[in-house]
Amino acid sequence: MTWRELSDAQLVARCRAGDEAAWASLVERFSRYVHAIAAGAYRLSPSDAEDVFQEAFARTYEHLDRLRDDAAVRPWLGQTTRRLCVDRLRAARPSGPLDDGERSSGAVDERLEQIEQAVVVRDALKRLSDDCQEILDRFFARDESYRAIGEALSIPAGTIASRISRCLRRLRDQLEGRSDAG
Amino acid sequence: MPDDRPEDMEHDEEDIGRLLGLMPPAPGGWVAAAAELPRARRALADVESRFADEPARAEATARLEQALADAGVVPTPELVRAVRRHLAG
Repeated sequence: MTWRELSDAQLVARCRAGDEAAWASLVERFSRYVHAIAAGAYRLSPSDAEDVFQEAFARTYEHLDRLRDDAAVRPWLGQTTRRLCVDRLRAARPSGPLDDGERSSGAVDERLEQIEQAVVVRDALKRLSDDCQEILDRFFARDESYRAIGEALSIPAGTIASRISRCLRRLRDQLEGRSDAG
Repeated sequence: MPDDRPEDMEHDEEDIGRLLGLMPPAPGGWVAAAAELPRARRALADVESRFADEPARAEATARLEQALADAGVVPTPELVRAVRRHLAG
């Protein structure tokens, strides 16, 4: 069984047993989520976002023995990251309000909600073929051009658009429960 | 997403693409440093036990790469970064 196939609870159990490779896999699994909250939802500077990122995982590591539910590690990590972001913003503006336009609580809440939806989409993405996962991730998440994708995957750039469309349809079908594989 | 998106993309698929774009990879260095955490904790405990008194510890912190090497740990940039972060915190 590969790391990818382990459930969150199984991965946490292995981390708790001292498996360092499992810990590295847990960090990899949730790194985008924590990064998205700090840099995307709260719009922290890269330096602050990195500090929050490291602290969130450090607290998770220290908290492994006390998790009430191993399967709930992602919500726990999400809540910890959100608290750290708010602390960071308060430390930067101890006497002022946090609500300043794009960091207003409404705007942040809306972005957090979008990130939770994105988690669902990424979970569905994992059920597609490796090719579809790769091409959709490169195009949408890593912002790569057709040319860069074509070169990286050794496929003609002219076929990328149709592949993206096909993979997107499969992903939509996954999300709507209409497909078993991609 | 890049501008050269597929022309026949439907609206709900466009939403799905937008949601995928909300979760780009975290910077590789951040992920590598967080992954080093267990090793960093062990190395830190070792350094602390070797340099129990404050002046020696301060010196070890200043020469962290050498102190880690003295403790038998390969001082990779990620590990040094992670240990330094813990010492600072």
